Amino acid sequence: MPEEILASFQVRRLSILDEQGHADPELLPGLSDDELLRLYRAMVLARTFDERAVALQREGRLGTYPPIMGQEAAQVGSALALTPADWVFPSFREMGVHLTLGYPAVQLLQYWTGDERGQKTPENLNIFPFCVAVASQIPQAVGASFALKYRRDPGAVAVYFGDGATSKGDFHEGLNMAGVFRLPVVFICQNNQWAISVPLKGQTAAQTLAQKAIGYGFEGIQVDGNDVFAVYRATREALEKARSGAGPTFIECLTYRMADHTTADDAARYRSPEEVALWRRRDPILRLERYLAGRGLWVEADAAQAREAAGELVDAAVREMEALPAPAKEEMFDTMLASLGPRQAGQRKGR
Amino acid sequence: MAQLNMVQAINQALAEEMARDQRVVLLGEDIGRDGGVFRVTEGLFGRFGAERVIDTPLSESAIVGAAVGMAACGLRPVAEIQFMGFTYSGFEQLVAHAARLRTRSRGRFGCPLVLRTPYGGGIKAPELHEESTEALFCQSPGLKVVVPSGPYTAKGLLLSALRDPDPVLFLEPTRLYRMLREEVPEGEYTVELGRARVARAGTQVTVLAWGSMLERVLKAVANYDAEVIDLLTLNPFDAETVLASVAKTGRVVIVHEAAKTAGFGAELAATIAEEAILHLRGPVLRVAAPDVPVPLARLMDHYLPSIEQVKAALDEVLRY
Repeated sequence: MPEEILASFQVRRLSILDEQGHADPELLPGLSDDELLRLYRAMVLARTFDERAVALQREGRLGTYPPIMGQEAAQVGSALALTPADWVFPSFREMGVHLTLGYPAVQLLQYWTGDERGQKTPENLNIFPFCVAVASQIPQAVGASFALKYRRDPGAVAVYFGDGATSKGDFHEGLNMAGVFRLPVVFICQNNQWAISVPLKGQTAAQTLAQKAIGYGFEGIQVDGNDVFAVYRATREALEKARSGAGPTFIECLTYRMADHTTADDAARYRSPEEVALWRRRDPILRLERYLAGRGLWVEADAAQAREAAGELVDAAVREMEALPAPAKEEMFDTMLASLGPRQAGQRKGR
Repeated sequence: MAQLNMVQAINQALAEEMARDQRVVLLGEDIGRDGGVFRVTEGLFGRFGAERVIDTPLSESAIVGAAVGMAACGLRPVAEIQFMGFTYSGFEQLVAHAARLRTRSRGRFGCPLVLRTPYGGGIKAPELHEESTEALFCQSPGLKVVVPSGPYTAKGLLLSALRDPDPVLFLEPTRLYRMLREEVPEGEYTVELGRARVARAGTQVTVLAWGSMLERVLKAVANYDAEVIDLLTLNPFDAETVLASVAKTGRVVIVHEAAKTAGFGAELAATIAEEAILHLRGPVLRVAAPDVPVPLARLMDHYLPSIEQVKAALDEVLRY
């Protein structure tokens, strides 16, 4: 018997806005001028928050912090497609998602000082706590999507992770299960090309991460992760698909971690300044500014104004955070169980 | 009242709770059409459908992880892992997430899941099918660890676990699944979590046991004036009942089929030493498995604590 081709696959890449700020009019997601400016301000807020957080860490006012610089388009663009009713499962480097969805900046800062009260998501949002154990949030997101489907809830689930997570077993188990049950979940991979010191080619021999979805029976798409329009459009479409019952989507946002892995890391030990410089030219905010300028929606002074407004917001959050009383010892016990065991109850009282 | 074995009692608890509470869903490998490898979920797929009795891929980490997400998102998932040795794949989800979600979210998200798994030796099964590593899970504050010892406690504890607002690891002693039959009331009754049970009253020595060992201990003490305490919940364990008995008898034997070193018996012995040492007449003795990996069937009789070993320990403490 001759061999035959059983199946062949293609991997799409979506790119709308180039580095010069030129956009493909056919593919633009149709945002109003107000929405465009909101998008821009949200990206500037994410960048400003991040810069302030790094500076605070250097001053000893914040603990170890994982910068998001360079990933603002991937985070803000995807978050803008979400609604507060959707469920979001972040990793630990999604502050731009949090801020865009309205998570209080003061609580983000609080968390990164080591005050876990910052992880109590406001009641109007469904954002899971930061997940430090890489990829382990993925099966949980799949479980939440099971629950939404079971409850006939119109929401969808978005789960965020990085390129390193795609090497973990929970990535496989989660995507596989989501495919089997056609669940309303969107897998958003911010491929920032570095998992601490290991580059993408050290994580996988695959040409793209997007193609991994093929093995789970649903679509994977790569988008230019520094192109906020591409990220927004792909996420919006994937969420619509999820809500319509057509199952999961995997979105690989190809981006770049412009800063260190965390404030405890020194990326100069393992990557070249030329590479970083190349990606600085692809800065997601820069290209949006060029686009907005071309539309007559932005002049240089607007950048300063947007940064100033964001800075004021973050500075107010810093002041608020630093004025908070330290957590009391009882805080360790008070939310760990619906009711404490007898030994814990004694320990809480200091026995 | 019907005489049921433990498989039937657990099945009845699941069926009744699923009928009562739409939020209860089951997920695991082969639990649907096949009714589970031990047939514990038999008939539930037909009665409640594929949406509530979910046959998952072979995927322990995702079974536990999905249960975490379901629980936080308003359901009451009951995950089954086929054997305790396979919970290790889901260990991270259970320990790093289920047990901590309420803390990490400062109370915003609870995690009311039950993870059922058969545990323990003596069933002539392949490797990793006869583990008894309950102490590993007792080091995880936020996770309750429950071990029934017979059909009656199995149903009552499971109903409590299913209604508990926090995650519960529910260990089903495989060796006893079909060995014991007891009167099990139909319908509503619960056995409270965190409470031990005096399985047999006595005055000269306290024997502490749980799960699969209880049956053996009750045989061993037949000719002794021993008080047998069935712990039922290991975390949080009922120190009050244990210490009250020790105060009365002054002698203690702890029996578990897990390896001796850092087994749960060590926690019990340490608590007794801290809080009741002045009541003791002699050493606290542990009868436990040796510190070796669980062997296969041909060596199992040398591994599991025997009735004779329990009697020897009783004789020893009664010399004081």
